[in-house]
Amino acid sequence: MKVQIDPVRCQGHGRCYDLAPGLFGDDDEGYGMVLGDGTVPPGKEHDARLAALNCPERAIELLEEV
Amino acid sequence: MTADDRFAEDFRQTPDDEPVGIRSPVITGPVTDWTTDFSHVEPEWAADPYPIQDDLRQRCPIAHTDRFGGAWLPTRYEDVSAIAYDTDHFSSRSIILSNFRPPRELAPIGGSPPISSDPPFHHHARKLLLPAFTKAAVAKQEAGTRRFCHSLIDALAGAHVVDAARDYAQHIPVRVIADLLGFPPDDGPQFREFVEDLLEGINLPPDERIARVSRLFDYLLAQVDDHLGNPREDLTSYLIDAELYGRKLDPSHVVGTMALLLIAGIDTTWSAIGASLWHLARTPGDRRRLVADPGLLLTAVEEFLRAYAPVTMARLVKDDMNWHGVDMKADDWVLLSFPAANRDPAQFDRAGEVIIDRQVNRHAAFGLGIHRCLGSHLARMELRVALQAWLERIPEFTLEDPSAVTWSTGQIRGPRTLPLHIH
Repeated sequence: MKVQIDPVRCQGHGRCYDLAPGLFGDDDEGYGMVLGDGTVPPGKEHDARLAALNCPERAIELLEEV
Repeated sequence: MTADDRFAEDFRQTPDDEPVGIRSPVITGPVTDWTTDFSHVEPEWAADPYPIQDDLRQRCPIAHTDRFGGAWLPTRYEDVSAIAYDTDHFSSRSIILSNFRPPRELAPIGGSPPISSDPPFHHHARKLLLPAFTKAAVAKQEAGTRRFCHSLIDALAGAHVVDAARDYAQHIPVRVIADLLGFPPDDGPQFREFVEDLLEGINLPPDERIARVSRLFDYLLAQVDDHLGNPREDLTSYLIDAELYGRKLDPSHVVGTMALLLIAGIDTTWSAIGASLWHLARTPGDRRRLVADPGLLLTAVEEFLRAYAPVTMARLVKDDMNWHGVDMKADDWVLLSFPAANRDPAQFDRAGEVIIDRQVNRHAAFGLGIHRCLGSHLARMELRVALQAWLERIPEFTLEDPSAVTWSTGQIRGPRTLPLHIH
């Protein structure tokens, strides 16, 4: 699984880096950033889904690997 | 330092030939029909707006009133979010609904940038402020805020009945904002008057309202003067020195932004802390769960923000249009009720219930789109720390007299009198 943030939608609410600090961080203005290449380590899928489901702007996309 | 003469003359003097805005007649009194005559400043709404919003959402999802010169009230999440995102058709040049509409020429800057600004100016004015309000920046205030909360609780020692709104909740954001702006902490009682003047005085005669707003700007100009003579590490000095498009900010921008930070930072957080304590005082099950398991506070804070969202914003319609089935006219107000959106069953499971461990909570308490509350990270920190400190020190409390609780009137809703019995 990978996570992506749509920078056009993100407004810096920070729910992703509150809920999944291992997957997301913030920039100098508080906008969300994906850490590394966005690959979700095993066991962190729940955190990734929680971050996506709590983003008020629906800016987070989960790319499920088939 | 070279003299800064931007503030030497009163920028509030406007030439005679400038547009002056539109005044509407003041209409007060009981609401006859909430679908056609709503008013968010009548006592029935202040006491309990949620049944009214739930009813409107079902039978008239975009209500109207002729009061305030004409205004609309959408109550569905879908409509509230669509308007929040649609800066092409809705202007932010005034975000507090009143009987005075500022002239269109005030856009795109507005009186208190960036909340009153429209694109493209909005983006630049907001960018100046974002770094001061990141999660990391506000974390620096957490220890001081916690100490301050404990000192407020120390002062309650020995009392069996305390007013948690007046003696606790209100002081916390006042202190935090005074620190940020570099204002004397003892000026807190004045801040409360400014807040009431701006947010609760909307049906006062316009001249009285203007006189009250003037008092706030006199105060802010005095603070600017003090900072010009004695610059320091705070947001007032930062704004005085800040540059946009290669030059220093207009004096009206500096002072307008100071007004925004002062007003928006106080009433809102005070309301959120008070409403959360009100909920816990009347819901012993939730109170005991939180005391036993403080780890639940993170989801509980989000749920209190959803269910008791303190802030409703306003927009002005730019041009006549049919919007989602209603005929909106240019300069009609729209009340952007994030509280109503947050209780829409189409968006939230069990929307009318408070569930302190709700896992999925995509609420809009801090708004949606480009005007997302600048201070949201600060507000979340204050709310969490204030509740944590209270529950640690005062785990057992109930409402002393439910009928004695009073709520603010207008676009910011929270308890203003909250007598609690401490066990």
